[in-house]
Amino acid sequence: MNEKLNISSSPHVRDKITTNKIMLYVLIGLMPATIFGIYNFRNEHAWILVLVTTFTAVLSEYLYERLMHKPITIGDLSAAVTGLLLALNLPPTLPVWMGALGSVFAIVVVKQLFGGLGQNFMNPALAARCFLLISFTGRMTYFVYDGITGATPLAKLKAGETINTFDMMVGTIRGTIGETSMFAIIIGACFLLLMGVIDLRIPGTYIVTFVIFISIFGGHGFDPQFITAHLCGGGLMLGAWFMATDYVTSPITKTGQILYGICLGLLTGLFRLFGGSAEGVSYAIIISNLLVPLIEKITLPKPFGKGGERV
Amino acid sequence: MGLLTFKGGIHPEDGKTLAKDQPIKELLPGNELVYPLSQHIGAPAVPIVKKGDSVLKGQKIADAAGFVSAPVYASVSGTVKGIEKRFSPTGVKTECIIVENDHAYTEVVYSPVKSFEELSREEVIKKIQEAGIVGMGGAGFPTHVKLSPKDADKIEYIIANGAECEPYLTADYRSMLEHTEEIVSGMRIVLSLFKNAKAIFGVEDNKMDCVAKLKEAIKDEPRMEVMALQTKYPQGAERQLIHALTKRSLNSTMLPADVGCIVDNVETFESIHKAVIEGKPLFERVVTVSGDAVLNPANFKVLLGTNHRELIEKAGGFKEWPEKIISGGPMMGFAMPVLDAPVTKTSSGVLAFLKDEIKKDAPSACINCGRCVEVCPSRIIPSRLADLAQRNEEERFISMNGLECVECGSCSYVCPAKRQLKQAIGSMRKIALANKKKK
Repeated sequence: MNEKLNISSSPHVRDKITTNKIMLYVLIGLMPATIFGIYNFRNEHAWILVLVTTFTAVLSEYLYERLMHKPITIGDLSAAVTGLLLALNLPPTLPVWMGALGSVFAIVVVKQLFGGLGQNFMNPALAARCFLLISFTGRMTYFVYDGITGATPLAKLKAGETINTFDMMVGTIRGTIGETSMFAIIIGACFLLLMGVIDLRIPGTYIVTFVIFISIFGGHGFDPQFITAHLCGGGLMLGAWFMATDYVTSPITKTGQILYGICLGLLTGLFRLFGGSAEGVSYAIIISNLLVPLIEKITLPKPFGKGGERV
Repeated sequence: MGLLTFKGGIHPEDGKTLAKDQPIKELLPGNELVYPLSQHIGAPAVPIVKKGDSVLKGQKIADAAGFVSAPVYASVSGTVKGIEKRFSPTGVKTECIIVENDHAYTEVVYSPVKSFEELSREEVIKKIQEAGIVGMGGAGFPTHVKLSPKDADKIEYIIANGAECEPYLTADYRSMLEHTEEIVSGMRIVLSLFKNAKAIFGVEDNKMDCVAKLKEAIKDEPRMEVMALQTKYPQGAERQLIHALTKRSLNSTMLPADVGCIVDNVETFESIHKAVIEGKPLFERVVTVSGDAVLNPANFKVLLGTNHRELIEKAGGFKEWPEKIISGGPMMGFAMPVLDAPVTKTSSGVLAFLKDEIKKDAPSACINCGRCVEVCPSRIIPSRLADLAQRNEEERFISMNGLECVECGSCSYVCPAKRQLKQAIGSMRKIALANKKKK
């Protein structure tokens, strides 16, 4: 008998979780927000932009890797996640080619040029969003709902106008495709929490810090309506649950994650209350992304037994 | 009160049901027995027999080479066929004494004692040292060294490690059920050496029948206690076990004695009983034969030096030739390159698997998910340390606490990118420790 045996270093058993599965769970977690967004902006044909942006992200990863003679990694689904996240961060009326351009930027410039999966120092979807926002400010801040153009509730809030917080929770408001419905986002987030893909450390500290910040500096004190409007408006929910929790661009240490959440809360509050625009989540996240190496450096965990007492 | 445990760790599928209910069966070896000179941590033993010599069962065939070393005994009677290099179960070729079995099992005459109380402290330790007893949980550290700390009065806890947190292995489980008295007797002996110490039997709570059995056996022992531990890997790792039971923490630069503890595997206590009371040296142990490729998983009492192939045959053989055979547990055991290797003092099990789980997943890029950090019992950052190890950045590896790794493999287990984290960290650690010694 041929007695060949495999040898490898221990351990010889592995957990069933894979990168691919994690990405699949994130895609599933994004489905409630995606489906709601497509339905909500059916008059604007948001589904086309979502499909094209997502598909372009996957295609650019494939083509880049093909041209560079690298192993093709589109099967890990991370490019699809990036593309979909970008799409959810775009206004439904954005010309389709702009969405596609954003995807190319996210995948080629932000992700692949820095070494591919796991090597990018900034969230690719958000970096692309900011890139589009700077390049095509008009189109990126043009919001329509039910055929009527106007300001987003968050912009109205900033201008001191009254807003309907219930509509904001459901999501029947102006905004980007995936950010408007707090309910849909929370349903997806709960799925990710249940599957152990994300935990509360980052989104929890982010939201709590933000609420404290706007309660102090918002000029409304602890006003539930004002706070709810701020939490449901803009990209805060989508950002806190789906983008701040991006593994690659958030700290790996537990204390670091808490610090990172606090940073996000402070920056978002600062940008929203004192900045020129009503929004602030994207910039808060990508700036905090840049702080991650520093945060990790100061939160290196104390190893077990270090400084242990001898008896 | 919450269950006793440590922070981190994993819950791999335990696979213990395969062999759990198989009582320990004695297994007689075939014609040839192989005794590696190095079955322990420390200097290899020095042969004191030569080709053609006849030996008896229980006769010393190799002597300890110094204090941190252990002698080796023949487990059968027969003739020395030679001293040559053979594969050990860990996959390296090492110097071994080969003995031809005459199947008569003629034993040397042992000198039993009625009670260990008639022996002095030094005599007890000497008997343990002479019997060649080493840690039988897998590490193989000579037991008499552990029992000789600088200040015996400062030892407060003698811990019997019955966690058996490795999946599939059931040898300790069966020993605790079937050899309870011997284990407790071994503990009694060790306890007599340390007047300020109390004894703790630490057993994972998936073995509550052992807990009950041990509790019954120690009910008249005021200095002994049985504690149930949460079932979690690596609960039986020395530092994690000490922490779970005593709340004391030690790092890589410390020994258990530094926090007033001595830890030994339950089967080691059984061997101590045999050595001190019966006067018998260490030449047999319990081995689990399991895995999905084995027809009838079993627990055998095996004479050391027996070929692994005979264990598999006695367990009904293979259903099909396996892709992988592991000596020890699946988390920290060694993949055997050949089946023909002898059972040694540290062989707790042999597991054969039809499919090699590792083969199917190629490692991919780290996505920084932090699962390895979450499970690391040493609370270090495995993914970063593995990167540093691959880039050979020794200084940063040390400054990021790479030396604190206990090589339990929990990080590799949970990694969704299937990276060989433990392997990378373990290799760098060996290099760094060797360089440290040179300085």
